[in-house]
Amino acid sequence: MILLFVSLFSFSVNSNAKSITLGWAAWDPANALQELTKEFTAETGIDVNFEFVPWPNFADRMLNELNNKGKTFDLLIGDSQWIGAGAVYGHYVKLNDFFDKEGISMNDFSPATVYAYSTWPKGSENYYALPAMGDALAWAYRKDWFDRPELKSEFKKKHGYDLGVPTNWNQLHDMCSFFQGREIDGQKRYGAAINTERGSEGITMGVTAAMYAWGMEYENPNKPYDMEGYFNSPQAVEAVEFYRKLYEDCAPPGHSDAYMVANLDAYKSGQVAFQMNWYAFWPGVSKEDKDGRVSGFFANPSQNVSAATLGGQGISVVKYSDKQDLALEYIKWFARPDVQQKWWDLGGYSCHNDVLNAPSFPTSTVYAQGFLDSMGIVKDFWQEPTFVELMLPMQEAIHDYVVNGKGTAKGALDKIIEEWVEVFEADGKL
Amino acid sequence: MKVKKKFKGLSDKAVGWLFIGPSVLLLLAINIYPLVYAIKMSFTNFYANKIGRVPEFVGLKNYIKVLNKEAIWEKMQVTASFMFWTLLLQAIIGLGLALLLNRKFKGNELLTTLIVLPMMLSPAVVGVFWTYLYNPQVGLFNYVVNFFYDFGSFDMIGSSMLAPWSIVIVDTWMWTPFTMLICLAGLRSVPNYLYEAAEVDRANKWQQFIYITLPSVLPFLLLALLFRGIENFKMFDMVVELTSGGPGSATELASINLKREAFEKWKTGYSSAFAVILFVTIFGFGNVYVKVMNKIKER
Amino acid sequence: MDTSRSYLEPSSFSKKIAAAIIIVYTVITLIPISWMVMTSFKNVDSAISYPPEVLFEPSLEGYVNLFTNRSRQSPEYLDSLPPPENWYEELVRSREMVITGPSKFLGRYSNSMIIGFGSTFASVFLGALAAYAFSRFRVPLKDDLLFFILSTRMFPPIAVAVPIFIMYRKIGLGDTHLGMIILYTVVNLSLAVWLLKGFMDEIPKEYEEAAMIDGYSRLQAFFKVVLPQAMTGIAATAIFCMIFSWNEYAFAVLLTQFNAQTAPPFIPTIIGEGGLDWPAIGAGTTLFLLPVMIFTIILRKHLLRGITFGAVRK
Repeated sequence: MILLFVSLFSFSVNSNAKSITLGWAAWDPANALQELTKEFTAETGIDVNFEFVPWPNFADRMLNELNNKGKTFDLLIGDSQWIGAGAVYGHYVKLNDFFDKEGISMNDFSPATVYAYSTWPKGSENYYALPAMGDALAWAYRKDWFDRPELKSEFKKKHGYDLGVPTNWNQLHDMCSFFQGREIDGQKRYGAAINTERGSEGITMGVTAAMYAWGMEYENPNKPYDMEGYFNSPQAVEAVEFYRKLYEDCAPPGHSDAYMVANLDAYKSGQVAFQMNWYAFWPGVSKEDKDGRVSGFFANPSQNVSAATLGGQGISVVKYSDKQDLALEYIKWFARPDVQQKWWDLGGYSCHNDVLNAPSFPTSTVYAQGFLDSMGIVKDFWQEPTFVELMLPMQEAIHDYVVNGKGTAKGALDKIIEEWVEVFEADGKL
Repeated sequence: MKVKKKFKGLSDKAVGWLFIGPSVLLLLAINIYPLVYAIKMSFTNFYANKIGRVPEFVGLKNYIKVLNKEAIWEKMQVTASFMFWTLLLQAIIGLGLALLLNRKFKGNELLTTLIVLPMMLSPAVVGVFWTYLYNPQVGLFNYVVNFFYDFGSFDMIGSSMLAPWSIVIVDTWMWTPFTMLICLAGLRSVPNYLYEAAEVDRANKWQQFIYITLPSVLPFLLLALLFRGIENFKMFDMVVELTSGGPGSATELASINLKREAFEKWKTGYSSAFAVILFVTIFGFGNVYVKVMNKIKER
Repeated sequence: MDTSRSYLEPSSFSKKIAAAIIIVYTVITLIPISWMVMTSFKNVDSAISYPPEVLFEPSLEGYVNLFTNRSRQSPEYLDSLPPPENWYEELVRSREMVITGPSKFLGRYSNSMIIGFGSTFASVFLGALAAYAFSRFRVPLKDDLLFFILSTRMFPPIAVAVPIFIMYRKIGLGDTHLGMIILYTVVNLSLAVWLLKGFMDEIPKEYEEAAMIDGYSRLQAFFKVVLPQAMTGIAATAIFCMIFSWNEYAFAVLLTQFNAQTAPPFIPTIIGEGGLDWPAIGAGTTLFLLPVMIFTIILRKHLLRGITFGAVRK
């Protein structure tokens, strides 16, 4: 024990003269990046320290650090919604000149990821990040159960179609409730582990997966910030009601404050047939298939339209860093096609076209094709500088309706709009 | 004059100020100044995360907003019922334990020390660990409860009916030793001659308890409840880590809500008004309580 | 006289009943703590098995996970790496993972140490000075000042956290060790003053007066005569201050981020691969609680006075 203590301590204080600090969320891909970065250090002699913040405090912590003009980070892999704040408040270094100088072209990266992770204002050619980690909300399911003949025939008899990857949310509900409370191999199983977390962004990321599929828009496309009739349209209301039905009929017990971690736990412990989660976790899930578990994966099902909730991050250089040159060197290395390929191999989601368009890519893993499909249909939450203030009321109202069963879906959405108007007014947007 | 100069060095008065000064200054800077600042901010529409934006004076708007918000009253109710149950349980169990421990059996010093351990732990760490014990699938708590009576699967943290009890149980587990210790001090302070006199008067055990023990331990019990009341009104750490105020807002105590408004939504002006209201409440109740307590003591 | 009626000498039967109830309570109340320590020696699978395992094969996996970051990789990748150099790398590899680097636990733990010891020293030192003055001199408005010092403990931390946050940001104390030391010093001051005043009151005035007649100045008398006399009280006070700063969470979570974050906000966030890593949390908790448990046992004589600020005298 003491040995471990001492050897790790010496590891952490043993830093080269040249070192930079990279911040990201604490999750599987971050550890994979740490593994990948060992090569960068070997090549350049630049040490990279990692500071991983757990998801529930990720936005809080990092934005606070940026607002304080903190020098902790040289590189930040910040969430897609922050790009507005990063650009508007000048937290991130604009990377256009650097890209031009080093011959890094944004055309080499998948357009959806460039749009989502790098640009501000959206769709312009002002780049504040390099797409680092493509991600979207998707589903994993117990393929081994789906393949059991007795379950297959029972399902077919009951619903008149085959048990398989659901093509819309109604089918998803059929299948989830089919497994709810069912005994398989002597253990009671449940339908689906879905996002219900209230504290940070969990339930919003979950419910929007349904709302986007029903065709919800945040605002009037012709009149920005005009949300009445869009965000609370009848389709949006129906989607929220459906999400509550899914929670009530199909969630495992104790799933009232669940996000990434709890969904993974429920799935890995064999409780549920489905879990909703980010692509980021699929490498771990599929590598960890054991005891007969076979995982299948599919993109967010459509309802009225095809859509998926966007996740993922770009890597940015922090304006307040004293070591911007070293940080840029890291980005230059990271953008190299061979590094991007290895990134994908180790469990990261490269956004580089050379990786994604390679003929072998769709079959390289069971979830690769789904990833390609999803990234074509992603939609994101507000990327406004005030997105945290926008997120919280939505979390509260949706959680209260879905999990606590208070009020109506329409009422919840109306309340959210009311609070959003207040936020936009305080920000001078309305 | 000569008398004062009896000893060499600084005068006593100078030494006194030198000794007290730094503490008072620090308290003023880190405790009083922030409080005054908070009061000042509560009359503005300040947002601490919007640097460079000049806050405007809005009068009593924030206070009116807080007091008119239905949700705030819900939080107050949650806080009140949390306080009621924790104080009640801790008073009963704590007093009971103290009475038993006062029998001075062998090894009671060791047992007292062991019983006291939970309250020396970090509340946040306790909170996170109890989420594990309460886990409906693998948790020890649920297992033990089901072992004695099979309720089937139940979820202490996830159900809005049970969650308020989950925090009451943990708080009681952690802090009952506190009431116990103070009651024990009270019991030990009862002079022996009172009992001796009672025995001479042939008062039975029950009478001795009602007329001697209870009245002398009561002020101590009330003091313990005052301390616990103040602490539980401020309660934040354990509950945040245990339920984070959920499900919904079933366990969202006032101070947790305050944290959300102040440090997540960054409504600094609004949350300052809320903080001032909370502060006045705790001070008001505290003062009334102390007055009542003193009256009981006098009797 | 019928002894069973007496409060002074309970009968041996009633003593036995009391002892039995107390022992049962003690066992129940210690279960959560022992369970946590046990969990720290489980492996990830046995920590989430049902029914909960009381007997299990002990493993140091929780402790290894506490101190490292790991990444699950394919067998081909693991084969391409050089063989493990030590037992903990081997343990991690056997679970098809690779250590990617040290975790932040050690850093957070040492922050707790620095901030804990720093603030404890400062508050005991300042507290001793103030307590001595309150104990020996006629201070104007003495009772008001003492009450003022006590009342600062009633502020909800969140209420003053916003202004402190803004103030610290302005003067550059945000997320620094110094900032947290100052803050905890102030929070502990009330406790230190009240406790130490009690201890100082018990030291006879004659001691230092004798010393001053021998030619010591007041300051010399304080440092050379009174302080050594008050050593037990100072030690007890120091431990109470230490326990508070060691366990404090609200200020730490609101005012610190990366440089000065202490262990309490950190431990609940230890996650393994995807899910919460209970053995690692158990391990972190155990290592974190160990000092406090030891202190409690050392302190048992002063316990009551410490937790009530000396408001209750034995």
